[in-house]
Amino acid sequence: MSREKTVKRKTGHLKKKEEHVGYLFVLPWIIGMLLFVIYPLTQSFQYAFYKIKMTPKGRVLTWVGMKNYLDIWQKDVNFPTELAGYALNTLLAVPVIVVFALIISLLLNSKIRMKGVFRLIFFLPVIIASGPVMAQLADQGAATIPSMNTVMIYQVLNGFLPGMIAEAITNLFDNMIMILWYSGVQILLFLAAIQKIDKSLYEAAKIDGSSTWEEFWKITLPTIKPMVLLTAVYTVIFLSNNEQNGLIVLIQSAMFDVSRGYGYASAMAWMYAIIVTVIVALVAVLLITKKDAYAKKEKAYRRELKKEKRTLAKVRRKGERYEHKMQKTSN
Amino acid sequence: MNIRCKKPQISRDKVKKFFLGSKDKQGFGKMTIIYALLICIGFVYLYPLLYMISRSFMPLDDLLDTSVDWIPSTFYIKNYVNAAKSMNFWKTFGQSVIIAGLPTLLNVVVCSIIGYGFARYNFRGKKIMLGILIFSFILPAQVTMMPNYVWYSDLKILNSLNAFILPAALGQGLKSQIFILIFYNFFRQVPQALIEASKIDGAGHFKSFVKIALPSAAPAILVVFLFSIVWYWNESYLTQLYVCGAVSKSDWSTLVVSLKNFADSYTTQASVTGSGMVSLNESIKMSGTMLSILPLLIMYFVLQRQFVESLDRTGITGE
Repeated sequence: MSREKTVKRKTGHLKKKEEHVGYLFVLPWIIGMLLFVIYPLTQSFQYAFYKIKMTPKGRVLTWVGMKNYLDIWQKDVNFPTELAGYALNTLLAVPVIVVFALIISLLLNSKIRMKGVFRLIFFLPVIIASGPVMAQLADQGAATIPSMNTVMIYQVLNGFLPGMIAEAITNLFDNMIMILWYSGVQILLFLAAIQKIDKSLYEAAKIDGSSTWEEFWKITLPTIKPMVLLTAVYTVIFLSNNEQNGLIVLIQSAMFDVSRGYGYASAMAWMYAIIVTVIVALVAVLLITKKDAYAKKEKAYRRELKKEKRTLAKVRRKGERYEHKMQKTSN
Repeated sequence: MNIRCKKPQISRDKVKKFFLGSKDKQGFGKMTIIYALLICIGFVYLYPLLYMISRSFMPLDDLLDTSVDWIPSTFYIKNYVNAAKSMNFWKTFGQSVIIAGLPTLLNVVVCSIIGYGFARYNFRGKKIMLGILIFSFILPAQVTMMPNYVWYSDLKILNSLNAFILPAALGQGLKSQIFILIFYNFFRQVPQALIEASKIDGAGHFKSFVKIALPSAAPAILVVFLFSIVWYWNESYLTQLYVCGAVSKSDWSTLVVSLKNFADSYTTQASVTGSGMVSLNESIKMSGTMLSILPLLIMYFVLQRQFVESLDRTGITGE
């Protein structure tokens, strides 16, 4: 952010005033953050340890400790299975969406006519894909590619994969159109990133006799790698906040259920949040850009230099001390 | 594959060049593959929409008749009439516009101010704040949803439009974090010299924002406006919870929410009016779905050119 690192100095009057104005500009956000994110977050954390009953007089909180969390894992029938299903589906769907979005954006970026029309089509889902619309379409069976035989796929996969994974993959094919529909924003992100790549890189590669295939692997992909991470994370978050997601429905139903209530639902939401974070972290670890070899070497070299300097200084100091001593003894 | 060339000799090299292309010209074969792929995937994309349109015009007989696949025998408008009646279309449409529109306007105004604050000024704790901003985007909404529900009902803003307006006014609306980041990225590109010049000419901090930074941010504003209105329009879950009322119904409703409860409301409506309405079938459901997305579709087709262009210019990617 602040690229010009100045020598540390006491901040001047004018600069301080600037700072205050800056705070003033972001003040609404700070207030909103405290009111609508931080406060509810602490509340929710607290709720998870209580059993909450709604009475006409108001909420009655009874301390139950970890019982809510234990109940979720031990007594609830739906939650663990739903959670496992969600995690599996997400892990399967994310690569599909990201790769698909990448392919589409590459196609859209090539020199073609009617680019506008194709763009229009591929961004369309961003506009109309809302929960109930999706639900209606899936209900009517408009979510599968018409002549795809998923039963066959299931039978084939079931032969050599455990039932649950085979089912998840079949599910993926079953809702292929929905999955493709979810990649609108991702296409947008990739397209913007690809268009920003310096054209002269490709020209240079062409002079060296590269093919398009090589250009993709050696130029396009490394350049947009940070974008892949961003897209993957966005996809995970999008899929987890999606209304089609069974867990969300489960949490909401728990919220208004008399026997379970807010406390139980809060505990569920926290469990869910942890799983989502784990998945995000997993994706991030898998895709995070490694520093390149040159940067690493440079850093190592710098470290070496510093070490040398330090040893030099040490030697000098030692020498000085020795001289001092010698002088003293000679005197 | 028949290639009819005027020239008598067709060398192998030439054929290869024609299909695969040379270094500076795309080959015919390659282009065909690209177009074929795009058209196929485009069809897959459009398939649900086409299906919806085709189904929504079918009378009951066509639905049962297996020989009718795509094109209905008659364009049966009555589906739409019935669906609109059951959704109470005009009233719900008006409410949808308000519910999506007001928070969107606030989003644009507030997020631009906040984004400008982050981009233009350096202050202590800025990096931490940006970190929190991103964190709050990653945080699943479910964690804060429940306490927010309770908190809103304590604030007496539940079951009214205020439940959307207040957070939006404080930069915590639906996906406001993304919008703040978009503005942040955009305002960082505005040359600092311009703003300094305006300062020398005597403009205050706020005035230089309104007069210099904001007019140059038109593409960002358009993108934020469109995305915000689309996301608010399509949000059925939170709308139902906060504005329409999950337990006690308020008289607010949006088209998307009423689509969610379409089957129930249609049957009650049909039983009230009596013989006038056909019982619920697939086509009517599809017409209802169509009605709920039609306004957005129209808006998209009208604004698409500006939309795509400004997407290119906002740098939505945000390094």
